[in-house]
Amino acid sequence: MSISKKDVEYIAALSRIHVPEDKLEGVAKNLSDIVGYVEQLQQLNLKDVKPTSHAVPLSNALRLDVVKPSFSNAEALSIAPEAKDGCFKVPLVIE
Amino acid sequence: MKLHSLSAHQILELYKEKKTSPEEVLKDVVMRIESVEPKIHAYAHVNTHPKAMEGSLAIPIAMKDNMCRKGEEVTCSSKILKGFKAPYDATVVAKIKQSGGIILGSANMDEFAFGSSTESSCYGPTFNPWNLSCVPGGSSGGSAASVAADEAIWSLGSDTGGSIRQPASFCGIVGLKPTYGRVSRYGLIAFASSLDQIGPLTKDVTDCALLMNVIAGYDDRDSTSVNEPVPDYTKALVNDVHGLKIGVPKEAFVEGLDPEVRASVQAAIDELKKLGAIIKEVSLPHTPYAVATYYIIATAEASSNLARFDGIRFGLRESPSKLRKNTLIDLYEETRANGFGDEAKRRIMLGTYVLSSGYYDAYYLSGQKVRTLIKQDLDEAFKECDVILTPTAPTTAFKVGEKVSDPLAMYLSDIYTIPANLAGIPSISIPCGFSKAGLPIGLQLMGKAFDEEMLLRVCYTYEQNTPWHTKKPNL
Repeated sequence: MSISKKDVEYIAALSRIHVPEDKLEGVAKNLSDIVGYVEQLQQLNLKDVKPTSHAVPLSNALRLDVVKPSFSNAEALSIAPEAKDGCFKVPLVIE
Repeated sequence: MKLHSLSAHQILELYKEKKTSPEEVLKDVVMRIESVEPKIHAYAHVNTHPKAMEGSLAIPIAMKDNMCRKGEEVTCSSKILKGFKAPYDATVVAKIKQSGGIILGSANMDEFAFGSSTESSCYGPTFNPWNLSCVPGGSSGGSAASVAADEAIWSLGSDTGGSIRQPASFCGIVGLKPTYGRVSRYGLIAFASSLDQIGPLTKDVTDCALLMNVIAGYDDRDSTSVNEPVPDYTKALVNDVHGLKIGVPKEAFVEGLDPEVRASVQAAIDELKKLGAIIKEVSLPHTPYAVATYYIIATAEASSNLARFDGIRFGLRESPSKLRKNTLIDLYEETRANGFGDEAKRRIMLGTYVLSSGYYDAYYLSGQKVRTLIKQDLDEAFKECDVILTPTAPTTAFKVGEKVSDPLAMYLSDIYTIPANLAGIPSISIPCGFSKAGLPIGLQLMGKAFDEEMLLRVCYTYEQNTPWHTKKPNL
C-alpha cells in the first residue's frame, strides 16, 4: 500500500513532528517503500497464531511500597529548558 | 610496551605482576586516542580528565552515548539531547565504576541507535579502523571502532537488532548481546523496550566473559530484569567442543550473502567440526520475515519511547522566535522537527503509522504474531542443537555513504542478527576471517536463553585454534 502526502501529514501530526510542505513527497516515498516491504507478512497465515509482546515470560514486577530517596525538585528542574516557580514552564495551553 | 594494544586480561596479568599500573595504562590509552581519534572519530565525547580508580578491574572503557552517567553529557548522538547532563548513573555505569573501570568517554552511535553504520550521528560518522573509507557498522559503531583501534581496552554497546554484533563483525572484534533481562537497562535511553539489551565489545572471548561478570545480574530498578543466578562466566572458557551440537540453518546461506563471507563461515564450520563438534542442519523457515517483523515492532516501540523528547523537561527546546504559533503543540512539533535527524523522524512516523487506528491489526499485530513464529522456529531448532551458527552480516563493511539514501538496503544488513532479539536469546559475533580487501568477517552464534556460557565455550575454543583475534589494523 502506498502512503500519500495526505497520509504523511496525518502521521506527522500524530507524531508531533512538523514536516514542511516541500518534504512531504520524499517522506511519503520512503515510508511507502518500507511499508511495501513489511507487507510481505501478509503472505503468512496468522489466523491462529498468538502474538508475542515479550520474548521472556515475565509477569508483573512488583516491589514493596516504601519511600526511597528520589530527585529533589531543584535537581529535576536543573536540566529543564525553562523553569519558573519550581515548575516546568510551557507556552500557554488554554487561551 | 604498547599497553593500549593489549586485552583487558593481559593488562590484569601485568597488574598482578606489578609490571604496570592503571595510571600508566590510562596515560597510554589517552595518548593513543590523541593519535588516532582524528582519523576514526569513535567518540562522541572524550572525557577530559579520566581518573584511574581503585578496583579489581581498573580497565579503560568506552561507553555508548546512550548510557546515563551522572553529571556527564549523554546525547544518543542526537541534536535533541545536546547538552543534556544525566542526573543519575545507569546501573551498568555504577557497576563499571564499582569494579574500578576507567570511563574514557561516550562512544559515537547512530542517532538513538537507529542505523547500521553510525552515519546518522549528529556528530558525523565513525570510520572503520580497517579501512577509513568504510563504515564501522552500527549502531554501536563507536564502541566497536574504539576497541578495534585500541582507543579503549573494551567497551559497552547496546543491541536492539544487531547493534553490538554487526559492528563487532565489521571491526573484527568480539561482541555479545546477552539474553533479554540478563543485564539491567536502568539508565539506558530506550529504543525498543522489548528488544534492547546492553552487552560487551571486546578484543577477545576471555575479555567478553570478564566484562559479563561485571555487568550481568538482577536489578529491581529494571522491571524486565530477570532474577536468575549469575554464573562466573570465565568458567565457561573451556577449549573443548567435543560432542557439542552446532546447528546451521539452511536458510542462512541464501542469495545476497557475499561469497567471501560465505567461504569464511564455511571454513569456520569445518574448523569446529575438526575440533570435535557435531554439525547439524536445522531449519528456521520464518527467518526471511524477521527484518519486516523487526521494522514493525522496533519502530512501534520507538515511536512510543521517543515521545518523551518534547522540549518540556529536558533536552532541546525550539526558541519561541522560530515557532509558527506560540502554542504547546507548535513547540512540540518544531522542537522534534528540528531536534531529530531524518532517520529518527522516519522511524517515529513509521512506528506511529503501524500503531494507528485502522492499521494496528494489519501491521503491529501481524508483526507480533510473526515474532511468535520466529521464536517457535528457534525453540524447535534448539531441541536438536546447543548453538546455532550463521554469518553475522551478509557482507563485510560497506563504504561510507553507500546506503544512506536507501533505508531499506541499510535495514537488510541486520538480516542475521534480528531473530535473536525477537526471541530474546543470547548471541555473539566473533572474527572468522578477512576478505581479499582486508576487511574483517564475523561469525554469529545464537544460544538458548541464559546460556551465554555455551556461546563463550564454543567461541573460546574456536578462538584458541584460529589466528583472527590477534590481527590488528594498521593505523
